[in-house]
Amino acid sequence: MPIVLHRIDERLIHGQVVIGWGHQLRPERYLVIDDELVGSEWEQDLYRLGAGDVGVEFLDVETARRRMPEWRESPERTILLTRNVATMRRLAEGRLLSGERVNLGGIHHGPGRSEVLTYLHLTDQDREDLRAMAEQGAIVTARDLPDAHGVGLDTLLRS
Amino acid sequence: MSEPSAATGVVLAHGDMARGLVGAVRRIAGDAADGLVPLSNEGKSPDVLRRELDDVAGSGPVVVFVDLSSGSCGVAGLACCRDEALRALVGGVNLPMLLDFVFHRELPLGELVDRLVENGRASIDQPLGRS
Repeated sequence: MPIVLHRIDERLIHGQVVIGWGHQLRPERYLVIDDELVGSEWEQDLYRLGAGDVGVEFLDVETARRRMPEWRESPERTILLTRNVATMRRLAEGRLLSGERVNLGGIHHGPGRSEVLTYLHLTDQDREDLRAMAEQGAIVTARDLPDAHGVGLDTLLRS
Repeated sequence: MSEPSAATGVVLAHGDMARGLVGAVRRIAGDAADGLVPLSNEGKSPDVLRRELDDVAGSGPVVVFVDLSSGSCGVAGLACCRDEALRALVGGVNLPMLLDFVFHRELPLGELVDRLVENGRASIDQPLGRS
């Protein structure tokens, strides 16, 4: 339970997460799972500045998969973030996120992406990854802010 | 016309805030607002926002004003200004700060930024005292 939010958001730690979700979920820690950011200290520093007093850890996917049980047992309220769908899918493999809610928070327009919601643009590969996550037991919903209407995966994939 | 060394101000904020602030400066200060460029993060990925900000900032002295230091605008501003002697970042932008900027942007960048932060903070007051 202490992972209070699994979120895919290409901006990672930003206003919606820190203020919108943070106000409601009161996280004590952010975990950013990203194989590239693990090797970029200056970018880590940027994101840490945005997190205020809340601690931030950056980990690669394999380490995150290994430590997931430990985080679930920890009393620290944790928001886990990835900046793309593919990384969350890798986390979810082996039913590691089975029964967990995965929140799609924000992916902007870009090459090969089409608009699903105003804040969500997906590639064909993203759609395939989301289907795979659902088949592995994850409950995928799009919702940019906690009070917003959640949109289920079936609806998203029909768009 | 401004001196060649006068700083450009880029106001980077959520939604329509930047355009609104620069519009308000124009209503009050007229053409002096030409020294400000509004930029919104609306609908832009982090990479796109950083590139746009970098393009707008150019090669001369620039002050990047952001609304929230802890948001995507703040992160883009930090990425744009780090290791750049001619770029400075100011968080928590407000209207008095921008008005001060457009009339003093020929000052040396360090002196200018210290002044803006000081005057921006000083402009937050409680004229009627504590309620």
